[in-house]
Amino acid sequence: MSAAVKFDQVSKQFGDLQALNNVSFEVEEGSFFGLLGPNGAGKSTLINAMSSLVTPSSGRISVMGHDVIQDYRQARRALGLVPQELISDPFFSIRELLRVQSGYFGLRGKAQWAWVDELLERLALSEKANAETQQLSGGMKRRVLIAMALVHKPQVLVLDEPTAGVDVDLRRTLWEFARELHSAGHTIILTTHYLEEAEALCDRVAIMQKGEVKALEKTQALLARHPYRYLRITLPEEHNPKTINLTSELQLRLVEREASACLFRVEKNISMDTILGWLHENGLNIKDLSTRDASLEEVFLDLTEVKP
Amino acid sequence: MNWYGCWAFFVKEVRRFYSVVVQTVFAPVVSTLLFLLIFGQVIEARIDAFSGLTYSQFLIPGLVMMAILQNAFSNSSSSIIQSKMYGNLTFVLVSPISPLELYIAFIAASVLRGLAVGLGVLVVGWIWFDLQWYSVSWVVLFAVLSAALMGGIGLIAGILSEKYDHLAAFQNFIIIPLTFLSGVFYSIHALPEFWQTMSHFNPFFYMVDGFRYGFYASSDVSVYLSLAVTLAFLVVVTVINLILLLKGVKIRH
Repeated sequence: MSAAVKFDQVSKQFGDLQALNNVSFEVEEGSFFGLLGPNGAGKSTLINAMSSLVTPSSGRISVMGHDVIQDYRQARRALGLVPQELISDPFFSIRELLRVQSGYFGLRGKAQWAWVDELLERLALSEKANAETQQLSGGMKRRVLIAMALVHKPQVLVLDEPTAGVDVDLRRTLWEFARELHSAGHTIILTTHYLEEAEALCDRVAIMQKGEVKALEKTQALLARHPYRYLRITLPEEHNPKTINLTSELQLRLVEREASACLFRVEKNISMDTILGWLHENGLNIKDLSTRDASLEEVFLDLTEVKP
Repeated sequence: MNWYGCWAFFVKEVRRFYSVVVQTVFAPVVSTLLFLLIFGQVIEARIDAFSGLTYSQFLIPGLVMMAILQNAFSNSSSSIIQSKMYGNLTFVLVSPISPLELYIAFIAASVLRGLAVGLGVLVVGWIWFDLQWYSVSWVVLFAVLSAALMGGIGLIAGILSEKYDHLAAFQNFIIIPLTFLSGVFYSIHALPEFWQTMSHFNPFFYMVDGFRYGFYASSDVSVYLSLAVTLAFLVVVTVINLILLLKGVKIRH
């Protein structure tokens, strides 16, 4: 499969800060790609460089084979950006904004206005089509930004923290809409702080830290490659998990003491028999026991060494 | 060229100022006419103008040009600083509109607003006073070139300003003094020799003087010198703007 977006040794320096350091990877056409990392990792800089809002200090970026600097018109026609910051315009209604944005791409006429109306409908903005952006809630403004990014039907859609600050219902709605767009053939690039979002939506993820790519894999492969599983021991009410003494094997693997349970992170190559032996040896009275694989969040924390 | 994109941006800019037309067109017309009322009526007999002209006749072209200059400047400068503050400049920056197309659209909208306000002042002045029309071509040429030049200066100011305060400083400490000292209210021949010389370093003086020539065929300096200076400044301002837009100074990172 060909690359929808290609980063080739991209670096960006802001004064003394190395925001991007020799970043190279490709996003396959038709993929749902997650770009993850802690604050300041360089995600937004990378996305803004792709969208021509940031000029890289060195390296090349292409979108659908078009260099974002040399062949910027074609690159921008192929790309739709939903920026992280909420944007408003006090002079125009939502429908007018979408029509004006269409004009920038040279698009007009009945077919285009019909597409604008369809976007309003699909993003549940029809009732607010004649309102101005200041009259909208944060969630609605976010939907307007998505509509703005889609007026020219780009092949690649970049969603920079699309669900930041929106309620659970809207988050689900946006997930569904993103899935629909992906099914319709759009390549989606998503940055998010909600790792469950990336786990639920993305087929491939890159984890960035300090301007570098720390991991780049299919989401499931990344999870499977993680060398730990998680074990939760629920204790009866008379035992307080905060005060019980643990043997060294268990203490070493303890992640968290909760209100009525203890959470352990155990290497996958240690058998369940061994673990049960440790629990028995500790003399713990166990009410319930459950195991699970690592979540993307836990993999992320391990890779970036960011502690919650 | 993405001509339709350029046109769409121009239309958007025009609709932006038209949506607040009282503030952007009618109010400047009225405030400029107050100068005519105060200066024209109160000190009419105390100031020397060109021979054969009343002071009010002399004053009106100056006021029209002042209105054109200030409003062309305001249009582009306020548009870009507001776009930066509201964040909606991003919509343009991610579109396939080139720096040149962006510049053309900004300047065309500034020219239109400058001319709209100037025309308002001119029509009212013409109703009250007997204006002479030596050459409509010179009048239109200086009006359009000067509006374009000031639209360009406004764009530079808006691009370089990071907040409204910076823009206000640019307007209050550079644009307004240069406008008021450009011969709008007087002929520079009425000034002491030192200030006459200093006036020749003020580019706004040539715009006002050339524009007034179109009405009365009289000017402080040759109309061709005024045209050359205005054109030269327009070229310089255009080059600076294109460099700023191309490099994305203060609008891209």
